Amino acid sequence: MKKLLSGNEAIAYGAYHAGIRVAAAYPGTPSTEILENLARYKDIHAQWSTNEKVAFEVALGACYAGVRTLVSMKHVGLNVAADPFMAASVTGVRGGLVVVSADDPGIHSSQGEQDNRYYAIFAKVPMLEPSDSQEAYDMMPLAFEISERFDTPVMLRSTTRVSHAKTVVDINRERPSKLPEAVFRREMSKFVALPVNARRRQLLALQRMEKLAEYAESCSLNYIIRGSQELGIIASGIAFNYAREIFPEASFLKLGMSYPLPKKLIGCFAQEVKRLIVVEELEPFLEEQIKAMGLTVEGKSFVPRSGELSSGLLRTVAQKNGLLPLTENKPLALLADDLQNLPKRPPLLCPGCPHTGLFFILSSYGLRKGGADGSELGPVITGDIGCYTLAAYPCLSAMDTCACMGAGIGEALGMEKAGLKNKLVAVIGDSTFLHSGITSLLNAVYNKSSITVVVLDNRTTAMTGHQQHPGTGFTAQGEPAMAVDIVALAKSCGVANASEVSAFDIRALRMAVKEAINNPELVVLVVRGDCAAIARKKIEPMFVEQEKCVNCGVCLSLGCAALQKGNQKTQINAQLCNGCTLCQQLCSPQAIKPLHAQEGLNA
Amino acid sequence: MHSVNLLITGVGGQGVVLASDILAEVALVNGYDVKKTDTLGMAQRGGSVVTNLRIGEKLASPLIGEGETDILLAFEKLEAARWSPYLKQGSVSIVSNQVVPPLTVSLGKENYPSDDDIVRLLQGFGSEVIILDGPQLAWELGNSKVLNVLMLGALSTRLPFPFENWQKVIEERLPTKIVDINIKAFICGKEAILRKAT
Ligand SMILES: Cc1ncc(C[n+]2csc(CCOP(=O)(O)OP(=O)(O)O)c2C)c(N)n1
Repeated sequence: MKKLLSGNEAIAYGAYHAGIRVAAAYPGTPSTEILENLARYKDIHAQWSTNEKVAFEVALGACYAGVRTLVSMKHVGLNVAADPFMAASVTGVRGGLVVVSADDPGIHSSQGEQDNRYYAIFAKVPMLEPSDSQEAYDMMPLAFEISERFDTPVMLRSTTRVSHAKTVVDINRERPSKLPEAVFRREMSKFVALPVNARRRQLLALQRMEKLAEYAESCSLNYIIRGSQELGIIASGIAFNYAREIFPEASFLKLGMSYPLPKKLIGCFAQEVKRLIVVEELEPFLEEQIKAMGLTVEGKSFVPRSGELSSGLLRTVAQKNGLLPLTENKPLALLADDLQNLPKRPPLLCPGCPHTGLFFILSSYGLRKGGADGSELGPVITGDIGCYTLAAYPCLSAMDTCACMGAGIGEALGMEKAGLKNKLVAVIGDSTFLHSGITSLLNAVYNKSSITVVVLDNRTTAMTGHQQHPGTGFTAQGEPAMAVDIVALAKSCGVANASEVSAFDIRALRMAVKEAINNPELVVLVVRGDCAAIARKKIEPMFVEQEKCVNCGVCLSLGCAALQKGNQKTQINAQLCNGCTLCQQLCSPQAIKPLHAQEGLNA
Repeated sequence: MHSVNLLITGVGGQGVVLASDILAEVALVNGYDVKKTDTLGMAQRGGSVVTNLRIGEKLASPLIGEGETDILLAFEKLEAARWSPYLKQGSVSIVSNQVVPPLTVSLGKENYPSDDDIVRLLQGFGSEVIILDGPQLAWELGNSKVLNVLMLGALSTRLPFPFENWQKVIEERLPTKIVDINIKAFICGKEAILRKAT
């Protein structure tokens, strides 16, 4: 059966057909759809875990119990899960364990770019890299076999254009009808990483890598495509397809298993061709290892080391490097200015977003401009990651930091302890708070802090496409579950002042923020309002009574896409407006009204 | 058919991804290799979105480079102009006559380009430009949500896929309730283009 599947759908299909029993993940672009797809199968357990470290540990336990298991996450998720990942390399597995790491070259939707292939070297685990959905599907059973045969977790590394590109897949396998039941067989010297055991297993891990290097030489995922001898290209992952597109005549060594490297095969290939290059996205991962073999090879001398690679970019740099004849894009030279002048269209908080009100209040909370001595006035707002990070853009401009998930609370505490005079407000989304905010909050209470912590409770993980979490009342597979009470959770961490306020009541919100900031003790304020994109209960849109509008621009500073500056007065685009009433509450001349009032006026 | 490179562009929320999913499926039904990749994640929040879609015998890269696009299907005018450098000499741009102002324009800080500016850019990169009154046609059909399928109907005049295959995929992909109106929209888009040609 031929189907058009994204890489993530193919990974899910492949894993299901390879007989996995358990899958765990925390959402993160571009990996999210792997678990979303697995969650549809009722004969496996697929879960959203609270964070990547927990997901990894759940997977580890399942594989210790002898069943095949998959854990998936975005590139930075593996940083969070690095501790159990390193540990899993030491203990090894029982049932096969595949770790999917989806990297985001070019930072489409992340806080940073990193090449997770280095984690394979670091953790001493083998790595497979699919180039398209068919390969992703086909590699899955092999990945589990390698894991079980060599007693190791296997890393499957994908990138945005593999995970999120749809390509044709021949689905030619089925899920085995009989699968091993879970059993735990004690083996203290393997599963209990006491120093004496760990030391021994560390050596086993090294031996395992030697065996895997031998295996890589004959592994069907590594193969040569013989073309012209003038140019030989070594490539893996999506870069292989870009290189095939641009150099259809060249000879190729395709590495589907890109760690450990098949050194003999590489040596043979190098001898067959006159000029050897490595085409890889991000870091010189292959190139440096090949150079260390003593071979002459080019790569990062002309292929960029950061940003997303593409066939177009590869063509350009190959032309500059004399690998291809130059062509000229004449119109581009002529029209560059016109292109430059086109207005940009950055992403925005949606109309009706429950985050808007809070950030509007923070943005208008006293002066936020720098003081005379160069120090900043007003509260410092340490932020976090989620849709709400968009509030850092003008016109709200109400977020001062964003480093990694869960960092904001710790940062605010650090600033306080450093002696900073400004008031401190840490703003964090509900999913992020449950991911890595709880321990930081506890730490702040323990260390006698008086910062304000605002939890933006929109009852979903909005940024990554609305996944369930422990606060939503549903599991990944759609079953009803307990929904954590964040106020009660904060209280049980020792926060005396924890309360909830509606995200859409500007006056109550302003009072609550003011009180919290001026309170000499630590305050947790939960700002509660459903995400506009899933609530979809479009309330009645608003309109501006033009005669009453005094053009003060206050409503415009909400940064709402539905509010548009007309020729003279402000207007509301009824198609976009979701009727949240924030602008109405701010309009002192009372020019903003629900649409039905307009009919009254016209009559 | 030689391989065809298509860009489908618009603003987050306009249904670019659904339209490109349907098109990709139709190409597959017709026996072609297909590769497609969309903007996902953060940019979907009202930002500028683009789908790269390639159809051919055997394809390698899912991405289309500058100067390599045969057909641009734009759901919004500014988002047509933005991708003009990707157009090939002799390409065609089918643009919905729709303006979604970015925030800076809504706030009066930047100007939305004029129709002339937009056409000059597209033509400057060697493209034939067809502006289709998409929103008006969809409004006449009584449902603004069918605009994306209407645009597919327009596009279908430039691709060698029989109507039955489009119909089949639309029926499979969309909820039964809205299939009829979408088929109507498809035909409406197709006829609108054919009227322009004559
Ligand atoms: C370690 C790590 N894992 C996952 C992500 C992807 N990610 C970014 S923010 C976020 C959660 C957003 O949810 P929430 O905090 O509830 O805010 P919302 O988007 O709903 O406003 C996720 C999963 C990440 N950036 N880093």
